[in-house]
Amino acid sequence: MSTVSDRVPLHLVVNGVAHSCEVEPRWLLSDVLRDTLGLTGTHVGCEHGACGACTVLVNGEPVRSCLMFAAQADEAAITTVEGLAPGADDPLTPLQESFRAAHGLQCGFCTPGILMSMTAFLRDHPAPTDADIREALSGHLCRCTGYTNIVRAVSDAHAAHRR
Amino acid sequence: MPPTVGKRVPRNEDRRLLTGRALFVDDVRLPGMLHVAFVRSDHAHGRLRSVDVAAARARPGVVAVYTAADLGGYWQHAPLLVPPPPVPGLVFHACTQVPLARDKVRYVGEPIAMVVAESRYVAEDALADVRVHIDPLEAVVDLERALEPAAPRLHEHLDSNVAATVHQQTGDYLAARAAADLVVTRRFWYDRGVSAAIENRAVVASWDPRAEHMTIWDTTQAPIPIRNGLARLLGLAESQVQVIAPFVGGGFGPKIMMFYPEELLVPWASRQLGRPVKWTEDRHENFVATTQERGQLHDAEMALARDGRILGVKDVFLHDTGAYDPYGLTIPINSQCTLLGVYKVPAYDSAFTAVFTNKPIVTPVRGAGRQHGVFVMERLLDIAARELGIDRVDIRRRNLIPPDAFPYDHGIIFQDFTSLTYDSGDYRPALDQAAELIGYERFVRDEQPRLRAEGRQVGIGIVNYVEGTGIGPYEGARVTVEPSGLVRVATGVGTQGQGHFTAFAQIVADALAVDVAAVRVVTGDTREFHWGTGTFASRGAVVAGTACRAAALTVRQKILDVAARRLGVEPERLELAHGRVRVRDHADDPGVPYGELAAHANPLRGAVTSGVEPGLEATAYFGPDRGSTANGVHAMIVEIDRDTLLARITRYVVVHDCGHLINPAIVEGQIQGGVAHGIGNAFYEQLVFDEQGQLKNGSLMDYLLPVATDVPDVEMVHRQTPAPGNPGGLKGVGEAGCIATGAAFAQAVEDALGGRLEIREIPLSPNRLFELLHDTASPGDPA
Repeated sequence: MSTVSDRVPLHLVVNGVAHSCEVEPRWLLSDVLRDTLGLTGTHVGCEHGACGACTVLVNGEPVRSCLMFAAQADEAAITTVEGLAPGADDPLTPLQESFRAAHGLQCGFCTPGILMSMTAFLRDHPAPTDADIREALSGHLCRCTGYTNIVRAVSDAHAAHRR
Repeated sequence: MPPTVGKRVPRNEDRRLLTGRALFVDDVRLPGMLHVAFVRSDHAHGRLRSVDVAAARARPGVVAVYTAADLGGYWQHAPLLVPPPPVPGLVFHACTQVPLARDKVRYVGEPIAMVVAESRYVAEDALADVRVHIDPLEAVVDLERALEPAAPRLHEHLDSNVAATVHQQTGDYLAARAAADLVVTRRFWYDRGVSAAIENRAVVASWDPRAEHMTIWDTTQAPIPIRNGLARLLGLAESQVQVIAPFVGGGFGPKIMMFYPEELLVPWASRQLGRPVKWTEDRHENFVATTQERGQLHDAEMALARDGRILGVKDVFLHDTGAYDPYGLTIPINSQCTLLGVYKVPAYDSAFTAVFTNKPIVTPVRGAGRQHGVFVMERLLDIAARELGIDRVDIRRRNLIPPDAFPYDHGIIFQDFTSLTYDSGDYRPALDQAAELIGYERFVRDEQPRLRAEGRQVGIGIVNYVEGTGIGPYEGARVTVEPSGLVRVATGVGTQGQGHFTAFAQIVADALAVDVAAVRVVTGDTREFHWGTGTFASRGAVVAGTACRAAALTVRQKILDVAARRLGVEPERLELAHGRVRVRDHADDPGVPYGELAAHANPLRGAVTSGVEPGLEATAYFGPDRGSTANGVHAMIVEIDRDTLLARITRYVVVHDCGHLINPAIVEGQIQGGVAHGIGNAFYEQLVFDEQGQLKNGSLMDYLLPVATDVPDVEMVHRQTPAPGNPGGLKGVGEAGCIATGAAFAQAVEDALGGRLEIREIPLSPNRLFELLHDTASPGDPA
């Protein structure tokens, strides 16, 4: 009889790097990214899918990694915040740059999840209005900024991309 | 070099945060690290009869399970963090929390047993193995019922649930009342919410038995007091304990609380087990185990002359302190003092009773009691204006403290134990500017009647606030120029997103004529700097920032002195720019880099002149005699949907005065974020406890925080009345955004509903508005 602690094999490509490990079926994707792979840039704020801080891209789509078992992501390609500008001297992406320029972050805890959601959002929405951006952001909680500068950052990144 | 203070300098810390490389406490991973989960009380009030941990201890992967009985002499009540201020006649009963409940439980979520296991999953599995026997007692939830003689007592050595009584007065209120043309008497209720930092609390402790050294990573706003206290409790020298508050994902007050039970137990367990131990709070725990704020019930009255002049204010209020009172009386004293606001109040009579209830512990949350005072005062003025037939803005204008009246002493004692004296302010232009910017007169005269004729419910609110900021006792900073030329700044305050890595760097960069990016700031690491108190009361920039400035100016002088000796010229002939010293008027001279002077000032051979310290380094402290008084005006226009009663804020204006700005972008971020927090308090956020003291909405699905579609862009005007008590003219701004929001919101909503309702409570959800409009609940009752 199998138990919750019997491990299953898992193969992932995270930020372009292939990983093979064994995980308990109940382990959350967020825990495997943080604890097994040491990618602690993905933050956990609520573990019930409300705050959005743990959002990563799974095969290009934003997913709350606290609501997904790691085993469900077998064979998936995952992008985390560490994958946006991987090297210490790599240039920031236009979205990251505009977050800095617009003061779109304060404590920065919710920021990785927002960056991942907005990376996918800007890819899929070439000409968003501020209302579109606010709607897309409404799946994320930020207690510090009051959102205005995040909206501006996303809007500016979009404009920069068009230039 | 042009000064950077006052400029929108992008933040030094952002790259690390944006690339996922910033260290938060939950990111700490150490070899052999164990993980903790807590058994917590399911009952708000009860006698703890037994805790059986045998099965949990037997579970594979569990390393230890501790109850109160296992703690021996380490089990003790936590120290009182803030003693009561020296108000004559004050009564205060200190009843502080314990690490693990022993005989009684007093709130749902109180820790009872600690499980330490090889993984968090196993630790949580083992929680179900622990058998806890509690005989429930009637829970004390309602503030007034808590004071009835027959009410069950939380702390049975006391003869009631009274935690404290404080009475402060100035002038003769009874005489003022007798002379009044109008007395407005009302009851006001302000309910409880959570701080909701997106990062929950976390503690990691690692005891190294060979080095005899304890390293603790803690999501605290006050690493130095944590270190000092833990060293004492653990029987270690302060130098054996290092507390690091790395990047902290939002503080908002509850992370200044100490000592949380988990904060006491994790280091203790690491020492017992000889392995690193980690605990990270989950969101469900955060709703019950992290401190909360806001529950107050005010019976207030205002005596006025016919022309709208305030003759006196009387306020009697109950303050919910929860199950324990480790933070003393900071919150209700803030309420008591902040109520007076920007107004001349010749007679003030204010008495409060702090009350123990079977709910989570109450300690400051952003605003820290100031909201309540502002709400009561501004509501009284609104009601008085209506009854006297005076315009809402006019009645405020008639009562402002004039600009020539500073320093203005209200004659009562503030939370920092000094007299409540405003250092500076200029209130009339701020109010006029806010009214002008939001178009108050035009709105009331033209726009509102036009929209009302279309059947739309629109209203305007405009209120004042003051915020006592930048209080003592002191902070310090050390500034060093390294031989590489890098400038290093260390200060004791912790950082939770306020931009200290940049604001302090700007201050130092200007003093030393270097680039902001060349200044590396370290905050919140007791090994780097170990004198100080912490980040609270909107004081980091004012108090630690001023210390940074003083230390940097001393280093500047050292640079000049060393260079003068080296170059053989008078210091007065030297100038500093871009990290180099050169002789004035020698434009083609590249100058000497600071790093070279730093190396020169720290020689390996030869002699450093007697009386001269080596290196280019200085430490300085700043302790203000009293705080600096920030102020502002919030104005908003709301529209209430006729069918859903959902309030939409269409404009929000803040005219504020926090003295000279270090970085306007950071200040604006603090205001915008504070307003969002205030909107949450005013309209979305409410902790709902049932009669048994069970929290009914303890998740972020049920407890609603404002999201991007709820918060408007705040239009801001910065006024800059310099604070006289510090050389930079600085005042704090961390809490300003959320202090006045509830009062402005209540006024605007009441206005939008066209007088169908008098609002005397916060928060106002659409549901609550419906109940009030349809008279299905009596105003002032907790929802």
